[in-house]
Amino acid sequence: MTAEHATLPVAARVRRLEERLIGAGLVTGEELDEILARYLATASPVNGARLVARAWADGAFRERLLGDANTAVKELGLSMGGGLQEQRLKVVANTPRRHNVIVCTLCSCYPIALLGPSPGWYKSEAYRSRVVREPRAVLAEFGLRLPEDVEITVWDSSAESRYMVLPLRPPGTEGMSEEQLTGLVTREGLIGTAAV
Amino acid sequence: MSKPAYAPGDRVRTRAADPPHHTRLPRYARGHTGVIVEPQGAWPRADDRARGVTGAPAETVYTVRFSARELWGSGSHDVTVDLWESYLEPAGEDR
Repeated sequence: MTAEHATLPVAARVRRLEERLIGAGLVTGEELDEILARYLATASPVNGARLVARAWADGAFRERLLGDANTAVKELGLSMGGGLQEQRLKVVANTPRRHNVIVCTLCSCYPIALLGPSPGWYKSEAYRSRVVREPRAVLAEFGLRLPEDVEITVWDSSAESRYMVLPLRPPGTEGMSEEQLTGLVTREGLIGTAAV
Repeated sequence: MSKPAYAPGDRVRTRAADPPHHTRLPRYARGHTGVIVEPQGAWPRADDRARGVTGAPAETVYTVRFSARELWGSGSHDVTVDLWESYLEPAGEDR
């Protein structure tokens, strides 16, 4: 946490909430620290990028990832169980005719274990309210101009599932190793606001 | 936990009422007709957990697909929303 972050009004609210939870005996300060440290130590968009690179390189893994993501991510030593309970993960694949993008219109649900802490704009009211209404325009503002014949699905994480986008493998990457492919994938590609 | 009441492809309508408590049925998706994509599993409703209801049963959550035209009156995209079973009712075939 930066010094600037610690002085924001929201930081004071979080501290008060923690004090109330601890005071009510629902959790101890040590437990909170341990959960946060364990969660954030390994949470990074590199995890999502590794899954994408493996799916590009291995068609059978791709099918397992799209069919039952919670089981498939374990093949790379990853887990959706880093928080208090395991969360259901759904991976949605882009195709030449369909692009996917994720949002949480009600708050800021996000697969932190695979993508790291979410960007500020993901939590903004502007993104959350506009991407479900005019996704093509919002994506264009991110620099992603989709052809008119590419249809868009917006996935609103409104309940117990978390979503990750499997981008299309870029042309001209046939000779690349899995490690090189991992380096091509961005956090925005995993959210769907970039092509890769 | 009961068996899912809806199957993929079923048409459903979301409840239009604004409940006097926390809910996870987004306002923009209320009173609209969509199609079940898949059941996801069962969890206690956020509505019950937020009110501290103890022993609330797990209830099936579905991925439900809506067309932009249905939600906003225009647009060519789809929006999928994750909704608890009791947020939904069967939609007529004639719509």
